[in-house]
Amino acid sequence: MKTVLAIKDLGVAFDTDRGTLNAVRGVTLDLRSGECLGVVGESGSGKTVLWRTAMGLLRGRKVLRTGSVKLHDNELLTMSGKEIRSYWGTKIAMVFQDPMTTLNPVRRIGSQFSEALVKRLGLSKKEAAAQTIEMLRKVRLAEPEKLVRKYPLQLSGGMRQRVMIAMAIACKPEILLADEPTTALDVTVQAQVLELISDLRNEFGMSMVIVTHDLGIVAGYCDRIAVMYAGEIVELANTADLFANPRMPYTEALLNSIPKLTDSSGAQMRSIEGAPPDPVSVTKGCFFAPRCSYATDRCRNEHPDLVDAGNGRMYRCFFPMGTGK
Amino acid sequence: MSTVDSANKSRVGEVLLRVEDLIVEYKGSRSGAVQAVAGVSFEIKSGETVAVVGESGCGKSSLAKGVMQLVETKSGKVVLDGTEFSSLKGEELRQARPKMQMIFQDSVASLDPHLTVRALVEQPMKVWHKGTEAERKAKVDELLRSVNLDPEIVGNRKPTEFSGGQCQRVSIARALSLEPKLLVCDEPVSSLDVSIQSQILNIIQNMKKRYGLSLLFISHDLSVVRAISDRVIVMYLGKICEVSTPQKIVSSPAHHYTRALVASVPVPDPKIGRRPAVIEGEPPSPANPPSGCRFRTRCAAATALCAEQEPQLREVSLGQFVACHHPIV
Repeated sequence: MKTVLAIKDLGVAFDTDRGTLNAVRGVTLDLRSGECLGVVGESGSGKTVLWRTAMGLLRGRKVLRTGSVKLHDNELLTMSGKEIRSYWGTKIAMVFQDPMTTLNPVRRIGSQFSEALVKRLGLSKKEAAAQTIEMLRKVRLAEPEKLVRKYPLQLSGGMRQRVMIAMAIACKPEILLADEPTTALDVTVQAQVLELISDLRNEFGMSMVIVTHDLGIVAGYCDRIAVMYAGEIVELANTADLFANPRMPYTEALLNSIPKLTDSSGAQMRSIEGAPPDPVSVTKGCFFAPRCSYATDRCRNEHPDLVDAGNGRMYRCFFPMGTGK
Repeated sequence: MSTVDSANKSRVGEVLLRVEDLIVEYKGSRSGAVQAVAGVSFEIKSGETVAVVGESGCGKSSLAKGVMQLVETKSGKVVLDGTEFSSLKGEELRQARPKMQMIFQDSVASLDPHLTVRALVEQPMKVWHKGTEAERKAKVDELLRSVNLDPEIVGNRKPTEFSGGQCQRVSIARALSLEPKLLVCDEPVSSLDVSIQSQILNIIQNMKKRYGLSLLFISHDLSVVRAISDRVIVMYLGKICEVSTPQKIVSSPAHHYTRALVASVPVPDPKIGRRPAVIEGEPPSPANPPSGCRFRTRCAAATALCAEQEPQLREVSLGQFVACHHPIV
């Protein structure tokens, strides 16, 4: 399959009062044409920083970026602000967690929606207004003609997120980045929105990245999953393989700690003791070793590399599970 | 044991909290009054964990606040351990309050950032003049240890130095310092990462056993509710639609809303894969609820009867009650 976006050895660090904060460390990852890639991790694992940097949203003097991000053959990291803006919307588009803060509260839905179409696609105002209604219908919003006259706060959370999705795909981007797209929504609405995103991805043939903390979402909708911990990718695999045979103990522990509807009630839950490491202080050894129940002296002293096990499987562990090592 | 002691100790299986026809109403400026909780009745037995589950706007947090008397209730009774809280006011209410305590979703914001952890946990006992300083210190140490925090290490630090999970532990220790009978937990793990979530749930379970607590556990997450509760109440638009056991709620839901809620939970298993949305639309505004059954506008099984008559809770199987004219059997 063709690679759309190639991230190579990407590092992102922030210059803070406490010292350098390494949010993303040496991430290499390809997004293939037409696939849905899930990126999973806990708060502070660097999943959001990774993608916001890759999309060119995070830049500036205090953001120290190394490595490369290529969309086809164009390097995104070194682009000027003006250049990268011409990519937003038409080549890469984003849907964020909180649709209330990403929509302008003092402008009507129709006006802020069609502005993007006028600017990006060069449509006339009239064409843009018609296209807006067409797109709102595509995300299954009822009575789009009335909706364009409303302000964001007159809509529910689920409706706002549908508007955001419609705006994101309006210019037919190649890549859609959805950063925790359903975290702010109720579970019944979440199911509707996930279904919608998935249908639209097929219809428009987009490549997609879903960044989430919820393994339940990636299980149903993603082709491949990257698990992040302390700024690094610790495991990458096809969805089925990852859930059936996690290689990295962190992935296993994460899977075990999710309460499931099928669990017997009242039992003690399996949790991961401790907390992720402080991204400012430098640690040696495997970053997960202090919380890992299989850790040895080697894990505590030597930092493991990402091992390519073939078949698209990668893991960062000296003693991967299910391999007899 | 003196008679006073035995009278104070409620036995397992006795009714500890009784809520009768509770109505919590908020006055709006233009839209009139909104009944966030529209006539809810239930009981919690001593030692029992009752969970209330529902989507945003269903009134679950207002119910918790109504039980705690943190909001004025329009009508209905809240009786805890023989004391009718709903009829108390002012100083009398203050005197009765230590019997129930609450922990919140945003643990960092619910702790005073200027106080040290030790001061935070000690404060309720100081306010109530409990014990000598040495006794209080010993109690603080014990409480912190029981939530897996080392008092020597964390005692003199402030909430801002801690993560959300650690702050939630401090909140739990603080809430238990007055030895309440009922602990009300309002989405205590919703803002935590999944690996930390189970740590906190385990701590809540352990503390419940250790201090003989009863819990009212509010959550939007069915998986969490299932893991921790003895009984589950499902709410929709201010009303109870089903009361069930944590097993039956998943295996044989009787209310159409419960079934939709269960079916919407994403399952972390690619073999099960995608779960198509089972209900369309979103809940209507609680300011203007539908007539009859409040779920009828989104329900596939709704008939004319559902619009005319409000369904009452009735028992459909042992320990399972449903408010529906056409329950799933």
